Amino acid sequence: MSATLDAAAPVKLVGQPLKRREDPRLITGAGAFLDDVRLPGLCHLGVVRSPYGHARILGIDTTRAAAMPGVLGVFTGDDFLDLNPLPCAWQAGKVQNNVNTPRVLAVGEVHHVGDPVAVVVAETPSQAVDAAEAIDVEYEELPVVVDARRATEPGAPQLHENAPNNVVLRWSCGKEAAEVDAALAAAEVRIDQPIVNQRLLPTPMDTRGSIGRYDPGTGEYTLWATSQAPHVMRLLIAAFVMGVPEQNIRVIAPDVGGGFGQKIFLYFDMPLVLALSKKLGGRPVKFYEDRSENYLSATHGRDHLTDVAIGATRDGQITALKVDTHANLGGYLSTIAPGIPTTLYARMIAGCYKIPNIRVDVTGVYTNTAMVDAYRGAGRPEAAFVIERVCDLVADATGLDPAEVRRRNFIQPSDFPYDTGIGMLPYDSGNYEPTLDRALELVGYDDLKAEQAARRARGDRKLLGIGLSSYVEVCGVAPSKWIGLPGEGWGAGLWESANVKVHLTGKVVVTTGTLPHGQGHETTFAQLVADELGVPYDDIQVRHSDTLGTPFGFGSYGSRSLSVGGTAIYKSVAKVREKAKRLAAHMLEAAPEDIVWEDGKAHVRGAPASLKTLGEIALQASVAYDLPEGMEPYLDETTYYDPPNCTFPFGTHVCVVEIDRETGAVEPVRYVAVDDVGNVVNPLIVDGQIHGGIAQGLAQALYEAAVYSDDGELVTGTLNDYAIPKASMVPTYELDRTVTPSPTNPMGVKGAGEAGTIASTPAVANAVIDAVSHLGVRHLDMPLTPERVWRAMRDAERSDPGVAAAAD
Amino acid sequence: MFPNQFAYHRPSTLEEAVGLLAADPDAKVLAGGHSLLPAMKLRLAAPGALVDLASIEGLRGISADGAVTIGAMTTYNQLVDSDELRARLPVVAEVAAGVGDPQVRSLGTLGGSLAHNDPAADFTALMLALGADVTAVGSQGERTIPADEFFLDILTTALGPDEILTAVRIPVPAGRVGMAYQKHEHPASGYAVVGIAAVLALGDDGTCRSARVAVTGCAPTATRAAAAEAALVGQALTPETIAAAAQAAPGGLEITGDLYASAEYRSHLVTVVGRRVLEQAAARARG
Amino acid sequence: MADTMAAPAKVAITLTVNGEQRTGQVEPRTLLVHFLREGLGLTGAHVGCDTSQCGSCVVELNGASVKSCTVLAVQADGAEVLTIEGLGRDGAYHPIQEGFWEKHGLQCGYCTPGMIMSAYGLLKRNPDPSEDEIRHALDGNLCRCTGYQNIVRSIQYAAQLMKDGPTAPVATSAD
Repeated sequence: MSATLDAAAPVKLVGQPLKRREDPRLITGAGAFLDDVRLPGLCHLGVVRSPYGHARILGIDTTRAAAMPGVLGVFTGDDFLDLNPLPCAWQAGKVQNNVNTPRVLAVGEVHHVGDPVAVVVAETPSQAVDAAEAIDVEYEELPVVVDARRATEPGAPQLHENAPNNVVLRWSCGKEAAEVDAALAAAEVRIDQPIVNQRLLPTPMDTRGSIGRYDPGTGEYTLWATSQAPHVMRLLIAAFVMGVPEQNIRVIAPDVGGGFGQKIFLYFDMPLVLALSKKLGGRPVKFYEDRSENYLSATHGRDHLTDVAIGATRDGQITALKVDTHANLGGYLSTIAPGIPTTLYARMIAGCYKIPNIRVDVTGVYTNTAMVDAYRGAGRPEAAFVIERVCDLVADATGLDPAEVRRRNFIQPSDFPYDTGIGMLPYDSGNYEPTLDRALELVGYDDLKAEQAARRARGDRKLLGIGLSSYVEVCGVAPSKWIGLPGEGWGAGLWESANVKVHLTGKVVVTTGTLPHGQGHETTFAQLVADELGVPYDDIQVRHSDTLGTPFGFGSYGSRSLSVGGTAIYKSVAKVREKAKRLAAHMLEAAPEDIVWEDGKAHVRGAPASLKTLGEIALQASVAYDLPEGMEPYLDETTYYDPPNCTFPFGTHVCVVEIDRETGAVEPVRYVAVDDVGNVVNPLIVDGQIHGGIAQGLAQALYEAAVYSDDGELVTGTLNDYAIPKASMVPTYELDRTVTPSPTNPMGVKGAGEAGTIASTPAVANAVIDAVSHLGVRHLDMPLTPERVWRAMRDAERSDPGVAAAAD
Repeated sequence: MFPNQFAYHRPSTLEEAVGLLAADPDAKVLAGGHSLLPAMKLRLAAPGALVDLASIEGLRGISADGAVTIGAMTTYNQLVDSDELRARLPVVAEVAAGVGDPQVRSLGTLGGSLAHNDPAADFTALMLALGADVTAVGSQGERTIPADEFFLDILTTALGPDEILTAVRIPVPAGRVGMAYQKHEHPASGYAVVGIAAVLALGDDGTCRSARVAVTGCAPTATRAAAAEAALVGQALTPETIAAAAQAAPGGLEITGDLYASAEYRSHLVTVVGRRVLEQAAARARG
Repeated sequence: MADTMAAPAKVAITLTVNGEQRTGQVEPRTLLVHFLREGLGLTGAHVGCDTSQCGSCVVELNGASVKSCTVLAVQADGAEVLTIEGLGRDGAYHPIQEGFWEKHGLQCGYCTPGMIMSAYGLLKRNPDPSEDEIRHALDGNLCRCTGYQNIVRSIQYAAQLMKDGPTAPVATSAD
C-alpha cells in the first residue's frame, strides 16, 4: 500500500481497534470507584441482616449498640415508615402481578437470609460493623421454602398474603395449549425433557454501594451509587419511595466496577442513605457491601425450572415446542424481575428457528431466597439454553448431526424481518447459516468428530465432546410503546437521549444517558462522533453517569448503549451538522442546499476552496455576531431517540471439551465463536465483550451454582464456595465475525454486551453431554461438576453395561 | 471484612511468645496469617490477642544434616525456591508450589498450615506420608511430636495452649524411594477435595519395602490410608498391585461429603487419585 | 465479645510506601489495605471479597507479592510497600501497565491494579513465563469482565517489552 494514498485518504475511526481512553486512570490506580469517593464528614453504615429465611421480628433491642464507640445512630424499619416500599417498575404485561417489594428495612417479617433489619451509622466502617453485631433481634422462625415448584404446591409455606401459593404471576405466550398439544401428538418424534437453569451470583468485582448526602441549606440530595441507571434511580427514589421533588435529587455513578445487570436496580440502601443523611443533619452516609453481603442480598440471576415437550419430524424439523417454566423470583420482587422470564425469556424461546407451534407458560414464584432479576443476558440465556438443548435432543432422537438439525430449522435470510409468532417484535435481520459454517470450519468439526470416535473406540481416558450453540438474542429493547405499559409492562419508556455541543473553541462535548461499567463508552462514542462530525478524536469529550448535566437516560443494560444511546448521539451530530451547514451557507453566501459537509468542513459544491471549518462555524455560532435570520446561537443539539424495533444479534459458538473418564472432570480445551453483532465501531472492545461473556456463560455450564439449603441458608455464600472462573479455568477464545447490518438504526449496529454469555452456556453444556452421549446420556443439569459427570457416566454404564462395554 | 478488636504482640524471643500465650488463653499465634486472618475478617474467629512470631529469630529457614529441618515460619515460596529441598526432598518444593495462589505462597508458612490443621490442607498429608516430626516449644520446654500423633481432629492438633510449633524435621530416606502428591482441587477455594501423598520405598528385590500414604480433604483431618499401605508392602509395584491398593485406600477412612463432592464421590476420587499418585511415586522410586 | 472489650491502644507504624516514608496510628486489627486506602489515600488497591480470594488488593511487601487484605498494618511496620500508584516511574507507565492498555487487558478496571501487581510479582520471579504459567500465576486474582484472555496477552506483551527494553524496569524499581 502506498503511503501517499494512505495520507490522502481520510482516516475513519469507526471500525478501528483504538486503545481505550478510559484506561490511563484505571491502570494507574487513579480510578474513582464508590469505595474511593472521599467526602468530608463521611460516616458509615453497618447492616443487621436476618439469619433466617423466614421469620417474624418480635423485637429489636438497640441499647447496647447505641452505646458503642463511634455510633451516631441506630435505626430500624419503624424509623422509616414514611418511606414507601421500593417500586417494582416492570410488571409482566396484561396479567395480574401480585407485587411485594422490600422496604428500606424489614418491618414485621423477613423473607430471606440477609434481609436487612436494622442499621447503625458510625464514624468508621469497623465501628459500624461492631455495633451492628451488638443489636439484638428476637425472631419467631417461620417455615421456609426455597424451591420454586415446591413453593406453589398445596401446604407450602406462604410468604405474602396477596400471593396465594406464592404465585407472583402466571403468563403465557404463543398458541393455545390445545393447538400445540395436538401438534405434539401428531409429531413423528416426541421428546420430553425437564431442564434446570440454576441460580447464579452475578459477582461484579466491585460490590454494590451508595453514599447519600443531604444539603440542609438547599434541601437537595446527592446520591453516589454503583448504578447502571442513575436517572432511573433518581426517578424511583424521588417519585416512588421518598416523595421528594425529582429535581432535588442528583445521582452520580462513579467508576462502576462491573454490573452485569445487578446494578440496574433500586436497592434498600439508596433511599436509606439519603434519609439517614437528612436525619444526621447532612453528614454523608456510606454503605458499601462486603462480598458476603453482596451474595446474600444483591440480586441473583436465572433460577428456572422448566419442562419442555418437543415435537419433530423424523428428518429433524421441529414442529412443536411446549415450555412450562417456574421462575424463582426470590422473597420480594426486584425492580424489573417480572419482565425477565416473560418478555425477555419466553418471547425469545424460538431462537434461530422456524417452529410453527409454540406455547410458553411462565409462573413467577416467591421463595425464601434473595431476589432474582436480570443477570447478563437476562432471560435470553435461559431461552437459548432451552432451545439449544432442544436442537441436540432432536439430533439425538433422529440420529442427525446437531449441526444438520440447526441447518434444517434455521430462519432463512429471505425471511427477514421475521415474526416468530410468540409476541416478540420481528427479528430485524439475520443470516444464520454462515456463522455455523464458519464456526465449524474454524474448529475443524469433521476432524474432531473423527477424533471423538477414535478415542471412544480406543477406550481413551480422555473423552472428547463437541458442542454447538446457534443463538439469536434481542438487544436495544424498544420502542417504548411496545415495551412500555401499553404492551409488555415496562413502567416507563426505553428511548435514549444525547446532547452534542460544539464549544466556541471547536471542542466537542457529548453527553449520553447511557454509561459504562467496563464497556468503554467514552472511546466508542468518541470514535463515532469523530467520523460523523469530522473533528479530531482528542477534541471530543464524552460525559455520562451524572443526572446533573446529562439529559434523562435509561442507562446501560440489555446491550442497548450503542444501538439506542449511540444512535441518539448520531442523530444529534447530524443535527449539529445540519445547523453548521446552514450557518456555513450564510457565511459563504451560498444556498444551504449547495453546501457539502466533508471531514469537518463545509464547502460550496464544486468549489472546495470556498470552505469553513467546524471551528470557524462554531466560533460564529457562539459569538452570534452574524447569524442567519431566526437562527439561535450555539451548536448544541439534543436528541431523544426511541427506536422503531429491537436489534437481534446472532452467531454460532462451538466448544470442545475433554472429560476425564475416571473423575468426570471437564476441561474446556477449544472455544470458537462466530458472532454477528452488525456493524462494529471498535473491534478491540467488541472482542473483549465477547470474551468476557463467554467466560461468564461457560462458568454457568461448568462451575457456578448458588445453592440454598432447605432451611434457607445460602450455602455458597463466599468466593471460597462459589466458583467464578480463574484464568486457569477457561480456554483461549478463537473469534471471528460476520456482519449483517441492522436495518433498525442508521449505523447498522446491534449490540455485543451479552452475546457471549447467551451463546456459551449451551455450547459448553452440549459439548459435555456430547462427550458422554455414546453411553446413553441425553441431558445433564448444570453446573457440570466432576461429580455430576462421573455419576452420569457411572449410572449410564450401570443401566446399560452393553453400551459401556461397546464404548470401551 | 473487619476483624474484632484484639491486642497485638510481636515478641522477639520464643520465651516471651510462650509467656504471652500462657498468660492469655484467648491469645492466638500469628504466623503467615493466611488461615487465621480470613477467619477473623469473617468474624468466625475472634482471638483477644495475637502473638506474631515474625520477629523471633531462628524460626525461618531450611537446614539439613541426616534429616531436613524446616523452620515453622518458612514460607511456601521459600520452600519452592530452596536448593536444599530440590536436591533432597523435591516433593516438598513441588507441593509448596501448588498451595493456594502466589500471594498465599508469599506469606503462608509451613508451620502455620500444620498448626492450623485445615482438613483440606496439602502439607498435613505430606508430613504424614514423609513421617515428619514436629518440634514444639511451650512453658514445659521443647518436645518432639511425630506427625502421626500431631493431627488430632478438625482444626485441632496435639499442641498445648501455650505451645508454639517451631520446626518440622523430615527424614531423608536412603535408597530407592519415590515421593509424590496429587490433588483434585476445589474450583473456588483451591483446597484439596481429595489430596493424597505417597512415599514408597523399594527393597533390593524391587518389592515395596515400606509405604506411607496419607489422604487429605475428605475427613476431619488428614489421615494415613492404612489399608492402601498394607496392600502395598511386600508387593512388586505393578499396575495391578497399585490399582488394588488404591481400591483399598478408602477403607478405614472417615470420608465426609459436602456440597461440592459427596462422600461417595470423594471415596471414588480417593481410589483414582490414589492410583495415580502411587503410580507416580512408584515410577520415581524405580528412578 | 467485641462490644465488651475495650479497644486496644492504637499502634504507631512507619513504613516505606512507593519509596516514601509514611507513618500512621492504627488499631491492631487494621488491615494493610485499609491503612493504604484510608490512612494514606492510596485507593488503587481495592477490596473485592472478604475471603482473600479476589486479589484486587495485591501489593508488593518487602519484594513479595501479597494480598494487602490479608496482612495487618502492624505486620507491615518497618516494611517496604509498592502499590500500583508507585509502579510507573517519572510519569511513564510500567511495561505491564502499557501491556494492559495495549492489549485491552481491562474493562471495568476494578481488579486491574491487583492484576498488574500480580503480573509484576510473576515477571520478577519468572521473566519469560509460558501462557500456562501466566494463567496459574493469576490463581489469586479474579476478573469478571475480560474472560482473562486479554490479561494473558497483556502480560505476554509486557514480558516481551521488558526483555527487549534498554533497561529492565522491574530490576530497578522500588523493591
